[in-house]
Amino acid sequence: MNNIVIGAVALVVGAGVGFVIGQGEKEIVEVEKVVEVEAAKTSTLDAVKAKGFVQCGVSQGLPGFSNADDSGKWTGLDVDLCRAVAAAIFGDGDKVKFSPLSAKQRFTALSSGEIDILSRNTTWTMTRDTQLGLNFAGVNYYDGQGMMVPTSLGVKSATELNGANICTNTGTTTELNITDYFRSNNMSFNLVAFEKADEVVAAYDAGRCDVYTTDRSGLAAQRGKLTNPDAHVVLPEIISKEPLGPVVRQGDDQWFNIVRWTLRALINAEEMGITKSNAASEASSATDPAVKRLLGTEGKFGEEIGLSNGWALNAIRAVGNYGESYEKNVGPNTPLKLDRGVNALWSDGGILYAAPVR
Amino acid sequence: MSLVKPLNKSIEHALNDKKVRGIILQLFMLLIVLFGFYWLINNTLTNLETQGKSLGFNFLSSTAGFQISQTFGTWLFDYEVGKSTYLEVYFIGIANTFLVAILGILAATVLGFTIGIMRLSSNIVFRVFATTYIEVLRNIPLLLQLFFWYFAVLRAMPGKREKFEIMSGIAGLNITGMYLPAPLPQDGFGFVLSAILLSICLVIGVRRYALRRQERTGEILPVFWIGLGLIVIVPSLAYLMKGSPLIWELPEFEETGPMLMRGYQSGVGMLVVPEMLAVWLALSLYTAAFIAEIVRGGILAVNKGQTEASFALGLRPNFTLRLVIIPQAMRVIIPPLTSQYLNITKNSSLAVAIAYPELVSVFAGTALNQVGKEIEMIFMMMMVYLTFSLLTAAFMNWYNSKVKLIER
Repeated sequence: MNNIVIGAVALVVGAGVGFVIGQGEKEIVEVEKVVEVEAAKTSTLDAVKAKGFVQCGVSQGLPGFSNADDSGKWTGLDVDLCRAVAAAIFGDGDKVKFSPLSAKQRFTALSSGEIDILSRNTTWTMTRDTQLGLNFAGVNYYDGQGMMVPTSLGVKSATELNGANICTNTGTTTELNITDYFRSNNMSFNLVAFEKADEVVAAYDAGRCDVYTTDRSGLAAQRGKLTNPDAHVVLPEIISKEPLGPVVRQGDDQWFNIVRWTLRALINAEEMGITKSNAASEASSATDPAVKRLLGTEGKFGEEIGLSNGWALNAIRAVGNYGESYEKNVGPNTPLKLDRGVNALWSDGGILYAAPVR
Repeated sequence: MSLVKPLNKSIEHALNDKKVRGIILQLFMLLIVLFGFYWLINNTLTNLETQGKSLGFNFLSSTAGFQISQTFGTWLFDYEVGKSTYLEVYFIGIANTFLVAILGILAATVLGFTIGIMRLSSNIVFRVFATTYIEVLRNIPLLLQLFFWYFAVLRAMPGKREKFEIMSGIAGLNITGMYLPAPLPQDGFGFVLSAILLSICLVIGVRRYALRRQERTGEILPVFWIGLGLIVIVPSLAYLMKGSPLIWELPEFEETGPMLMRGYQSGVGMLVVPEMLAVWLALSLYTAAFIAEIVRGGILAVNKGQTEASFALGLRPNFTLRLVIIPQAMRVIIPPLTSQYLNITKNSSLAVAIAYPELVSVFAGTALNQVGKEIEMIFMMMMVYLTFSLLTAAFMNWYNSKVKLIER
């Protein structure tokens, strides 16, 4: 009997203490919540300035877009955008660190705050823009999904591909696009989807598949890894719209504006003929008010987005204008041999059109 | 001190009581754990809210718009793009995972037992072969072996427009997979199936009768031959009675016509894709090395006196192994063998690397990328592995309790 009483007392005491601890615990949770909300509200720009560099999410190695060379230096069109943003903030295009991410990891890395910008040949789609808590800051390459086949297959058009085996990788929009294309053309096919691009290339090279499909820029970049790159041909069909661009977290408009306008500055610079080498002299000697506004000698456009007025000048001096970056990384003189095509300026027959700095 | 109240005294007394202190400590631990969970869940929900996401399983009923490689799962659930839902994708992933896990368990067991016994053989060729096999296979990471088998198999195969015939016109293989005849059950095949079940029951009955008869009279019935006869004859009779209710659809090979259409025709016969073969091969060969060591350990754990006693009784080596050594060795073998079986199931998730559409690949890969419900989908996936592993463990524990030493 005595034991039961003791047990009951112990239980009550234990519960009481537990309750008190619980209350404390609750308060702590409450406080953490507030801290988190605060953290979400503090601007990415301040955080970036405090740590002294921009953390940029890139691919695990896509030549021309984001690829590390032997010495570990990252180059590419997507990399240049990150460097431009870093230069716009710090005046130094090297104040940036890169996180190589797989297609699957990329959005989680961005929304968890591990990276500040995702610049990883990422397709702008409605789902991604509206449901993942992210914002696309623009388009730095208009791509489309294409198909590569061995020349020996004798295929001239994708419409002849009924019954083909198709290799691609998972975690991207390509699986959906290729399925849609074959369904709308009433053709059957079999999909072999690998986790990483390297295995896709190896399997296609071994002859497992008749077709390798991914974005056309990706086909151009991966082609060099094949045993005999010349024995393969990219079919003329472009089966999807793939506007690739930088992504930021939703809810920080200042940071969103910085990334968006840095990209626009690079495109406007090409249109105005401002290059990496003449940017500094243009800044001091230009008479065109549009050029002066862009390079920060007229107006206070940089200050409005929390930067110095020479933000665009710094960005252009770090990576060159959009055209220079394109020619250097993916243009006809690179192994990728990609023509400007739709990625030319609107004034040259393409669709690149940046809103003015005004 | 007589002024101290009895209650205080009993509390003081209680705090010195080991049992009561134990209870209080346990209560504290429980509270800490509960609040740990509460904090985790609350934190997750808050973070999801700030990211503008919500929890929910509604996505399971929406249709999946992507193609899945033709495999056991897509055949079983009759997958059709634009009609099948994400729930079906989930089941397809489960089916493919289970198929390769079960096939892997079977092959690894047979191979592992063979290699393990070979390693103890008095024949030096067997012994050296078994030792080499074990040391090489178990010391190379599984993922590398997976890549090796996949690309070795791929490179060794004839191209898509050619074939290597295993049996002319019936079975063959090339780089797109192995083509076998597909069974197409007709009306009345259920009758044959029940005849097979019946014959299995008969065999079990015969075996019981034989044991009892042996205990009574000492005479041994040739159970194996009687059983074989039953299993062959009863279903065959049923098969003939119903007028051959099973048609085999042979694979078709086209040698002319447009380049793309040459080769084995898709959808005719049964196709085993090379990804599946590679995963199965890698899983079985790798795990067999571990099982071989477990078997060797189990056999060595049986006292040498048992063998000698059995020989002294006049049992031949074959019978000694089967009737004396193995039953005793099984007691040692079963528990570690169970964990190897669980490993096969879990390791099958590596197949995502070589495009075998198992659960991780189709559900946590393709489907997750389309739907974006990480927490729900990873949770569903973990539940599958947990359930399957627990079922395997439960079965093996049941088997273990059957073979373990029953002291009288």
